Amino acid sequence: METILSIKPLLAILVSVTAVPFIVFSKRPNIREVWTFIAAIAKFLIVVSMIPVILSGKEIIFTLVDIFSGVSIGFRVDSLGLLFAIVSSFLWIITSAYSIGYMRGLNEHSQTRYFSFFALSLSATMGVAFSSNLFTLYLFYEMLSFSTYPLVTHHQDMEARRSGRKYLLYIVGLSIGFVLPCMLVIYNMTGTLEFTKSGFLSMDVSPALIAALLVIMLFGFAKAAIMPFHSWLPAAMVAPTPVSALLHAVAVVKVGVFCVIRVITGVFGVELLSNSHLNIIVCVIASFTIITASCIALSQDGLKRRLAFSTIGQLSYIVLGAALLSPRGFVGGILHIAMHAFGKITLFFCAGAIFVATGIKNISQMDGIGKRMPITMAAFFIGSLSVIGLPPCGGFISKWHLVLGTLDAGQLALLAVILVSSLLNAAYFFPIVYSAFFNQSKETRVSNRIDEAPIWCLIPICITAIGSIVLFFHPEPFLSLAQMAAESIFIK
Amino acid sequence: MNEILTTIISKYNYWGFILLMMIGLYAMMVKKNLVKKIIGMNIFQTGIILFYVSIGVKKGATIPIISHGHGKEKHVIHAAEYINPLPHVLMLTAIVVSVATLGVALALAIKVYREYDTLEEDEINKKIRDQAK
Amino acid sequence: MSEHFPALVIIVPLISAFLISATGWLNKRLCFPIAVFSLTVSLFASIGVLMMVLENGTVQYRLGGWAPPWGIEYRIDHLNSLVLVVISAVAVLNIVTTHKPVQQDFSGKEGPFYALYVLFVTGLSGIVVTGDAFNLYVLLEIASLTGYALIGLGKDRAALSSLNYLIMGTIGASFYLLGIGYIYLVTGSLNIADIANLLPDIYDSGVVLFAFIFCMIGLFIKMAFFPLHAWLPNAYSYAQSSAVSLIAPLTTKVMIYVMIRVTLYLFTPQFSFVFLNISKPMVWLSVLAIVMGSLFALSQKSLKKMLTYIIVAEVGYMVGGLWLGNRQGITGSILHIVNDAAMTLCLFLAAGNILYMLKSDSFEDMKGLFVKMPFTMAAFTAGALSIIGVPPFCGFFSKWYLISGGIAAGEFGFVGALIFSSLVNVVLFFRVIEIGYYEPFTNHPNAHQKDEETLFNEAPRDMLVPLLMAAILLLALGIFTGHIVTAIIQFAIPTGII
Repeated sequence: METILSIKPLLAILVSVTAVPFIVFSKRPNIREVWTFIAAIAKFLIVVSMIPVILSGKEIIFTLVDIFSGVSIGFRVDSLGLLFAIVSSFLWIITSAYSIGYMRGLNEHSQTRYFSFFALSLSATMGVAFSSNLFTLYLFYEMLSFSTYPLVTHHQDMEARRSGRKYLLYIVGLSIGFVLPCMLVIYNMTGTLEFTKSGFLSMDVSPALIAALLVIMLFGFAKAAIMPFHSWLPAAMVAPTPVSALLHAVAVVKVGVFCVIRVITGVFGVELLSNSHLNIIVCVIASFTIITASCIALSQDGLKRRLAFSTIGQLSYIVLGAALLSPRGFVGGILHIAMHAFGKITLFFCAGAIFVATGIKNISQMDGIGKRMPITMAAFFIGSLSVIGLPPCGGFISKWHLVLGTLDAGQLALLAVILVSSLLNAAYFFPIVYSAFFNQSKETRVSNRIDEAPIWCLIPICITAIGSIVLFFHPEPFLSLAQMAAESIFIK
Repeated sequence: MNEILTTIISKYNYWGFILLMMIGLYAMMVKKNLVKKIIGMNIFQTGIILFYVSIGVKKGATIPIISHGHGKEKHVIHAAEYINPLPHVLMLTAIVVSVATLGVALALAIKVYREYDTLEEDEINKKIRDQAK
Repeated sequence: MSEHFPALVIIVPLISAFLISATGWLNKRLCFPIAVFSLTVSLFASIGVLMMVLENGTVQYRLGGWAPPWGIEYRIDHLNSLVLVVISAVAVLNIVTTHKPVQQDFSGKEGPFYALYVLFVTGLSGIVVTGDAFNLYVLLEIASLTGYALIGLGKDRAALSSLNYLIMGTIGASFYLLGIGYIYLVTGSLNIADIANLLPDIYDSGVVLFAFIFCMIGLFIKMAFFPLHAWLPNAYSYAQSSAVSLIAPLTTKVMIYVMIRVTLYLFTPQFSFVFLNISKPMVWLSVLAIVMGSLFALSQKSLKKMLTYIIVAEVGYMVGGLWLGNRQGITGSILHIVNDAAMTLCLFLAAGNILYMLKSDSFEDMKGLFVKMPFTMAAFTAGALSIIGVPPFCGFFSKWYLISGGIAAGEFGFVGALIFSSLVNVVLFFRVIEIGYYEPFTNHPNAHQKDEETLFNEAPRDMLVPLLMAAILLLALGIFTGHIVTAIIQFAIPTGII
């Protein structure tokens, strides 16, 4: 594997941190938002500029500083990390536009703080995507936890306080209590934390210890919301919707699953796990989460809460894809990071747009809302198609690969899990769409006159909805990156 | 029995310093009056000073001044004939330290007295509790 | 010139202390500049010493030209040159912030305050540079006496707490003196390096054993190692913040340094770890200190009290790290001396700013503080994250070494205690942060004004800048941990320890 030394990954991370002082000291809101856009676009361009290098089969590395012997703050851009970085940096641009519409539409307080911490969170997300070792990963993981705390608790009321506590308890508590000790144990056994293609834990470690490490790490990265450590995610829905959209459909939760994938492939390695059949444990936990979360989602009336439980289920698809240890399943899992991101962010945007335009949060009140907000609800329909995994939306491609992966792995039970869950997904999304368009409104707030959310909200919705469809016809950039990632891990 | 007695008697200086230290410790721990505590502290320090002073002493030795040390011809000096001066010199410093400590302690005690009008610890504690209410 | 750096570190502040008390009678305004100047000189000299050590290894400086073991020598190796820089850096950063509070709290007493301040720093630097066990005692008492006085300058219960501290501290110092006396009895030497050479023949002597025990008890009292910590919380929380933000970061840390010096360089690791075979109980004592310190901290209702109990827990970290007896653990201890000094400085400076502006540090009065004092609270949060152990703040890295050492030594109780204390710290600090963040500001006279601009009431600039520098220092120390360990700390540990 050819490697190129380049400062680009560091730049991609730093660009939004450097924007923070400008955001804080801007005199006028318009100038402040311009800085956010400049940072977002610059970040996206830097990330995109790395695509040709990676597609040509090279990797970009950059080591900032050595910390311990064998451990550094170092960055390595490979196809997996780049895919995640493209998705989150692109969606940041869209979300920034949406944030402006949403936050100004609702006249929210402390918008400067909001935009500053948003920028910080994105830096941390890039850091996770590009980290070359477990230590750097942990560093940015924690940075993300603390920089999203003020966003989650933005409303600063009692409910936000409770959710904030839950958020800290799960995310920070588990990362300090579970991940940190595991990391130290691994470091003491191997003397390194650098991710490798085939994992750096050796075979001669006792299987019981490996199993323990694997499970503890899996739960420790609580951002992946694997049951039973998921309940912070529905609680975190008190955040303003753009936060839920980008962070709790894309950045934060995907960072969680990304960490899990990195640990499974880079630390334990495919060979070790398949020889010891420990991946079955992960598969079982993930399947349990998928089915249970979908069932709970059925019973939720708050739209954002339903979306949150849907997210919990979808995240475990990705974990499942990685844990199948079959190339096509792996491609499906990674691809689902991108596909689910586009689908779910659309759904969250729609939920936010409905709230801005009408103040409605609950599904039971949304009868007939499609007549008032046709564009929003059409986008909602596309988003739900993508999350369910039906053509012509991107979600189909990733689920297709996942299904193929279960067949390759010979796990028919898991195949059944995916299919049942897709049915459940349909069961909790389609009624919303149906009643929005075909039921008569019982609410006085919903008139028949077309009255959409502000234009700043509407455009991002359209972009991501169209994006979901485009990804069905042209999944190439993501698909080829995912395939490269799978090849590098499975073929030696 | 006799042997134990002889060890006790022959090392009387050590017993002396242990006794002084214990008296000092007792006063610091048990006495309620702040000045008595400070006195205990001073006794405690004096005990240690006594220990140092006594280890420098030798039977039949003289003060460590070499009277014939000046001049050109060389002399053989028998160290055993002289008392070890070093511990005594060290204790000069330690005495200075203990005097300084005593000074600071008494100054603080005066400050406490001005604050609470008493030096009895239980009365002070009672006043603090009353203030808290 | 440069060969006299070791002496300059001590002599410049020592002389200026007397100069300050003299000028205090003539012109009070001169005291502050003289103090700042002398401490800055001392800081540069100590950095110079560190450079010399990094270049040439151990520096020996003979006072008055007398050769050891007869004369007193200043012996500066990697370990104490590092601690020396920490002391002078903390002293300089902190003194800048004292200008306004001292005028407010000790109006008319600037002379004595700054004289004591500088003398305190002299004492601590002296403890660190000296290579003579008895000289160490004298300097220890200089530092302690000025410390008692600085604490006693405070209001209300300060004098009483200071007196309690004085009595406990004197017992501690006396025990140390007694231990040194025993050593002198059997070796006839007071030079630390010389004693280390003479001791191996008499390891099995009961006198050496008791010397060790007395020294340790003395140091444990001085460093507030649980259960001998009782003097610390009151003394530190009733003292004026301008004094305590100097004393709290340094005293316990320097005592930890002395403990490391005594166990590794006076009584050699061979005696302390192998011959005595008490590592396990000592580590468990430190586990107790960490757990109890954290639990006591949970039950406090004011910021400074809470911080003082955190210090008690942190002392447990460092004692435990040393007694793990392996390279990683000791590296962690030494690194934590540096990091904890910076963290405690940052937190106490933040607490000082809050106290200066609000005149109270109870949790109830901290409502809405993020709006009112955003920069102070940002620095406070940085300090909090560092104590919790979040990378890239420095607290994480020393904790990393400590846990790593715990795993290597098989002391999982210690590992568990460290993780437990991290989690408790999350609760401790986020409780404070929550109050500042969620609850609206109420007890301000202008509370009816909702406009954020009018609520903004940050500390004066000369108190804020050092605080922010301390916060940035936390980040810098964290990021350059690797350099600090490979360039300095790894040479500070005797080669025998794996």
